[in-house]
Amino acid sequence: MSRARSGGARARPPIRMFRNFSSKLAAIPMVLVGLGVFVGGTIWTIVHSFTDSRLLPRLRWVGFDQYERLWNTRRWLVSIENLAVYGIVSLVLTMCLGFLLAALLDRKIRYEDTFRTIFLYPFALSFIVTGLVWQWILNPEFGIQSIVRGLGFSGFNFDPLYNPDLVIIGLLIAGLWQGTGLIMVIMLAGLRGIDEDIWKATRVDGIPVWKTYVIVIIPMMKPVFVTALVLVTSGIVKLYDLVVAMTSGGPGIASEVPAKYVYDTLFTRQNLGQGFAASTMMLVTVAIILIPWAYMQFREKRQ
Amino acid sequence: MKKTLALLASTSLISVGSAAFAVDLEVTHWWTSGGEAAAVAEFARLFNENTEHTWVDGAIAGSGGTARPIMIGRITGGDPMGATQFNHGRQAEELVEAGLMLDLTDLAEAEGWRDFVNPTSLLDSCTLDGRIYCVPINIHSWQWLWLSHKAYEDAGVPVPTNWDEFVAAAPALEEAGKIPLAMGGQPWQSTGAFGVMSIALAGREAWEAVHIDHNAEVAAGPEYARVFEAAAQARSFAARSNVQDWNQATNLVITGQAGGQIMGDWAQGEFQVAGLVAGEDYSCLPGLGVNEIISTGGDAFYFPKVNNPEVEAAQLELASLMISQEAQVAFNLKKGSLPVRGDIDLTAANECMQKGLEILATGAILPDLNQTFSPDTGGQIDDLMVEFWNDPNFSAEEAQRLYAEIIASAD
Repeated sequence: MSRARSGGARARPPIRMFRNFSSKLAAIPMVLVGLGVFVGGTIWTIVHSFTDSRLLPRLRWVGFDQYERLWNTRRWLVSIENLAVYGIVSLVLTMCLGFLLAALLDRKIRYEDTFRTIFLYPFALSFIVTGLVWQWILNPEFGIQSIVRGLGFSGFNFDPLYNPDLVIIGLLIAGLWQGTGLIMVIMLAGLRGIDEDIWKATRVDGIPVWKTYVIVIIPMMKPVFVTALVLVTSGIVKLYDLVVAMTSGGPGIASEVPAKYVYDTLFTRQNLGQGFAASTMMLVTVAIILIPWAYMQFREKRQ
Repeated sequence: MKKTLALLASTSLISVGSAAFAVDLEVTHWWTSGGEAAAVAEFARLFNENTEHTWVDGAIAGSGGTARPIMIGRITGGDPMGATQFNHGRQAEELVEAGLMLDLTDLAEAEGWRDFVNPTSLLDSCTLDGRIYCVPINIHSWQWLWLSHKAYEDAGVPVPTNWDEFVAAAPALEEAGKIPLAMGGQPWQSTGAFGVMSIALAGREAWEAVHIDHNAEVAAGPEYARVFEAAAQARSFAARSNVQDWNQATNLVITGQAGGQIMGDWAQGEFQVAGLVAGEDYSCLPGLGVNEIISTGGDAFYFPKVNNPEVEAAQLELASLMISQEAQVAFNLKKGSLPVRGDIDLTAANECMQKGLEILATGAILPDLNQTFSPDTGGQIDDLMVEFWNDPNFSAEEAQRLYAEIIASAD
């Protein structure tokens, strides 16, 4: 049918708008949803972040007051710091561990399927379940600490969730345990996509295996790394449920994260203006990371 | 006839059309623990027995913080329930201002609510521009120090009768391996305990200046400095209490592992369930034994507006029933809270509840934090308190400075 259409189009000069008409028609609902829900919702949120809306949205302007208050709020500053620490450490560690595990599995080992299943399994659990499980494991009364003490090391102390300085490590352990498997599988798929001949060629040239990985394989896997990076980063920015399940932001406010601040201000504290200001700041943060990356991608394509 | 109808309605198969004015009224609330559910069941029973309408229970699990966003979402989203719980105070203020709640003024005037509701401040909380929009149903007070007799016997010191004795006895408890003060890690518990200490130690005038006039100078002044110092001291007493929920902390007191806990009168239910007797196994000190004043928080019911005269009639009937003498006695004995009517007799209440009733009768009462601060200001204080109580390096002076800043911008 499309052939017949293009045949007809040859007779008359094609009108640009109607080129690929059916695919454009099919895209209309998606475009409308995109514009209406995402762009419209974003603009609505940003506009209301300059008002003093409380429980219900209303347009009474207060300028940058909400932002001023936000950046003077200790809890928000702690949240940003936590997200930065969690984000950087978990980004680096998931990528490294994910690749390492994938490379090890790719060495044609025995029981590969079994190991792959074991590593991927935590990903099948939600963050809430993951958080609860690790909350119990890290609980000093029932978990690791009491087991090690039971073995005779009575001085052993390991209670990250009750120590404001260490609580972020507790979150990281749970986050890595849950997320590394997925990255490993993606990396493994990338490694399987590498032509066997490349391995043969490097072997003929006598290049050591680790060097082959670093200078040949990893550059070849760039698209896989980008995919993994996007998945991990988006997971970090929306970090919320893990914190709620493991610590509810405690001890004190030591493990608060921005998404939790937004939720609490919007819904339990009935301060829409403040919540919108915080969510706008989250959007700006994401944009700051995303725009240079998009720009780089775009420039590469043009070259 | 009535029984058959009730039976049919309870199976939910026959719609309301079968009886001319019978309505299925959905009532949402967050009472899900054992004692709470038993108390609200009294309302449901009385409503189903005394009217031809049916109570449809809409309990939302997970405490008020979880339930309120759901309730507000339903009301503002155009799917209102028949009636809903909120705490006394300003949680529903904007919903009332937006005209989403049913005006109960005519009913209240016809039944003379203002004559028997005690304290009348409860009704004031329901009032906006002279119109009444909610039914107060109970009074809960925060200002109690619960003490374990066993813990003090084990440590070999007498049970304290006020806060200063409690502080003096703390080292002896520490030596005996007990936790002097049990404290859960949730933010509202930190704020609550601080509120109790401020009424008891700063005194009534300073408290009123800060909470009613929002006077930041008083909040930064010497009366409050004393409160913050005492709070820092209490923080060190509670350092080893590694629990989260309030009832786990209460359990530390019940089992004698901890000396005391600052908690509202709902803690009493836990002592009762554990079979402990007030005055023998545990004592309660209202106002920390220093200033015997209680705050009058609690719960109220609001009735969202629906464009249906039949439902509206049922809502008014429920409102009238909730504040009736019969329902007040039945509900509050199960709930462990004090009734909102000054004209009923509660001889069945135990020693601690009687103390509360006596204080209520003398009029030594103050409004609850929910009545004096908006949820936003309350939330800011929560954040400050939970950080202060959990970080031993957070100095009392610094906390007081930040507290005064919040009060300066409070609403």
